[in-house]
Amino acid sequence: MTSLLAILFDGAIYASWLFLVAAGLTIIYGVMRVLNMAHGSFYAIGAYSAASLVGWYFSGNVGNPYLSYLLLIGCAVVAGSLIGVIIERGLLRFLQGKDEILMVIVTYALLLILEDVTKLVWGVDPYFAYQPYRLLGQTAVGVGLRFATYDLALIVVTAAIGLAAWFALNRTNRGRLLRAVIHDREIAVAMGVNVNVLFTVTFAIGAVLGALAGALTAPAISVTPGIGVEVIVLAFAVVVVGGLGSIGGAAIGAVLVGLTRSVAVHMAPEMELFVIYGVMFLVLAIRPQGLFGPVLARRI
Amino acid sequence: MNITNRLKSTEVTVSALAALLAAGAFLMPAWLSFLLTLALAKALVVLGVVLQMRAGLVSFGQALFYCIGGYGVGLGAQSLGIADAFALLALGTAAAVLLALICGFLLTRYREIFFAMLTLALSMILYGVLVKSSALGSTDGFNVAPPSFLGWVPEGDARKQAVYLLTVVIAAAAVIGFNRYLKSGLGRVMEAIRENEIRVDYLGLSPRRLLFANYVFAAAISALGGGLTAIASGHIDPDMAFWATSGEFVFIAILGGTGHVAAPFIGAIVFSVIRTFAIQEAPHTWQMALGLVLIALILFLPKGLWSLVSRKHTKAGNTPAAKEATA
Amino acid sequence: MSTILETRGLTRTFGAVVAAKDLNVRIDHGEIVGVIGSNGAGKTTFINMVTGYLPPSGGDILFDSRSVLGLAPREITRRGMARSFQVAQLFPQLTVIENALISLVAAEGPWPSFLRPLDTPERRAHAEAILEDFGVTPYRDAVTSTVPQGARKLVDIAMALVSNPRMLLLDEPTSGVSVEEKCPLMDTVMAVVRKHGVTVLFVEHDMEIVARYVTRIMAFYSGEIIADGSPRSVLGDAKVQELVIGHHFDLDLLGEPA
Repeated sequence: MTSLLAILFDGAIYASWLFLVAAGLTIIYGVMRVLNMAHGSFYAIGAYSAASLVGWYFSGNVGNPYLSYLLLIGCAVVAGSLIGVIIERGLLRFLQGKDEILMVIVTYALLLILEDVTKLVWGVDPYFAYQPYRLLGQTAVGVGLRFATYDLALIVVTAAIGLAAWFALNRTNRGRLLRAVIHDREIAVAMGVNVNVLFTVTFAIGAVLGALAGALTAPAISVTPGIGVEVIVLAFAVVVVGGLGSIGGAAIGAVLVGLTRSVAVHMAPEMELFVIYGVMFLVLAIRPQGLFGPVLARRI
Repeated sequence: MNITNRLKSTEVTVSALAALLAAGAFLMPAWLSFLLTLALAKALVVLGVVLQMRAGLVSFGQALFYCIGGYGVGLGAQSLGIADAFALLALGTAAAVLLALICGFLLTRYREIFFAMLTLALSMILYGVLVKSSALGSTDGFNVAPPSFLGWVPEGDARKQAVYLLTVVIAAAAVIGFNRYLKSGLGRVMEAIRENEIRVDYLGLSPRRLLFANYVFAAAISALGGGLTAIASGHIDPDMAFWATSGEFVFIAILGGTGHVAAPFIGAIVFSVIRTFAIQEAPHTWQMALGLVLIALILFLPKGLWSLVSRKHTKAGNTPAAKEATA
Repeated sequence: MSTILETRGLTRTFGAVVAAKDLNVRIDHGEIVGVIGSNGAGKTTFINMVTGYLPPSGGDILFDSRSVLGLAPREITRRGMARSFQVAQLFPQLTVIENALISLVAAEGPWPSFLRPLDTPERRAHAEAILEDFGVTPYRDAVTSTVPQGARKLVDIAMALVSNPRMLLLDEPTSGVSVEEKCPLMDTVMAVVRKHGVTVLFVEHDMEIVARYVTRIMAFYSGEIIADGSPRSVLGDAKVQELVIGHHFDLDLLGEPA
């Protein structure tokens, strides 16, 4: 019973982390048809800026330690939107409408550039910002089963972000507009949607989500060069399981992959890596477009 | 000039160049022949990427086969006690072909970004497995003992020269063989698949089966490059399967272009020379430079360095354009 | 005359939309059949199902009395049924002659001709003869995407005929072609088709074009065949005039019945 509970909670924690990193990727793909390899860099930049800022905050004469959570979120929003707007306006704008696979290569080039930029700014030594993680202590969820409250809070925060995204997309006019673009870009353009503005905003939102994922993860890990890369492959796995471009799909994909991994970690730890990609290959073998991806339309 | 004569003239040129490179073994400094050995081996791997690019597929995980080729050589020498270089290379290549037969079955269903990311995922699985395998040296990998060549065991400088000569010969053979392949019915149909798969199907061919064959060829040649790298450098580690390694291969493929079988060789040599100096001069901005050059290539030289070479020989618009050219 | 293509109760639905409803078609060897119908009437759906691109929701397709249900387009092509496309399906970045050469190598085997160079003198001569037949020789070495629409449609049809099919389905061969070009284009195509003795089914919007070349017309309306018979009887049919043509069709335009 306890182990089942442990698997469920571990799975939920991991799933919420996965959803955080995958959401931005899938939003950008859905609207812009750009599979952004540099998403991992946004994650890394979010983690680095959060870790350095929180580190600085706690090294000085600390005011209210709980303010550090605002710092985490605030710096992700600032860093993410800044870098998102720069990249979209400075580069992607000029490549609109190019082949999807070419855009993968372009964003791969961006990944290379941003990796070095990260190293130039933050160096190669690890950063730690464990204070916000420790601050919340632990919570018992069953007999002899305790989790870091920060991790449990992450589930709540992720759920809130997911719900907010759902609400924004389904219950606001701008969100419906965005869904129209995801559904059929050509018709949306024909109806007079300003694609340039929409793309900039979308890319910035995606980048903020990526940076936020990094910033919220930073207190739980040591922030070192290369953390962004693993993220992009994992996020891709989650996103294709759910169906590229669908936020709901990303959520389902995250839960599926998160729980499966959690089962593997508890039952057969050496299988961890296999099951994550195993789920992906299995889903793709049965439904090539992912669980919630649209069926491809007739081409002739 | 008809096709047979054209093939022959290319083959004479390649043989002459190879002879020149081989003669250079006794003239050039050791560091240069070592650099060329690694560059040519790398070019073989990139050739695998180029084969697929010509069919419209970008493999972001070609390091999978590069690594399998390398570990095939390493394990063959260490665990099976095979000493002969040819047997080791054959082992590594055979292992890669076997793996490609399995992966290809799955991957040929996918195109575009799916193919790119799934190949990437497969290579990262291998990376993850190798990193966790303490018997194989985990992240450190292990050293590959110097092989023999059909019973001959060279020592000192002769050893390096032997590896260099072997690489030159294999590279020349690969250029000649794959040039024939690219110009054959099968090779040209790959371009047709890139251009319009539905039409290929309606011509009575199975794009999936043909892509499968192409994928296996690509795996074999990339594994051969990996095996040669392992023999030349005397060391293998999991980084051979890392995403960045695959990315480098894609980079060189785009740098050289996909217009000709020789393009990856030009790309790999230029890349290796520049890298040798850049790593010394600016180790912390090397990746950034790569990224900037890659974007510049896509924007300004989409057909790669080869287009600079071929411009003199052929009329504009007459060469089969690479996909990225107008994409 | 013997039947070459037969469909029995062929049906296809897309969600709630019925794109083809219980189609029972029988086409004999050597017939030239025209298919008319407004957009969305199910013409292309019919061709897509018959050639294996779209799986039917129900019914059967017999080609030469053998079911081709569940076969892929390549298998149906190999059995001798080829098609052209509404939007020409070519290899846009290759030259016109390369398009023809690749079609030839595909039709040849493919093994072992696959392993020999594509562009051999013999194959080139064959390809050039095909281009000549279709009158597209001037574009031989042009990159296909730069060639005018009419020539692209001809290359598309030429590629379908390379495999020497016994039946050819033409999906709007003159769409996207200017009015003046339509008749010359169809004349060229029909000349080659007659030379090869191919059975033809062709979809066309222009009634005069249809009537000019076919021996029989099938009229599609919302997934059903509402009339089938000689051009004169179908085009004179009141229901066809109301639902398909949209106006009264002057039968005098057809000239004397053959």
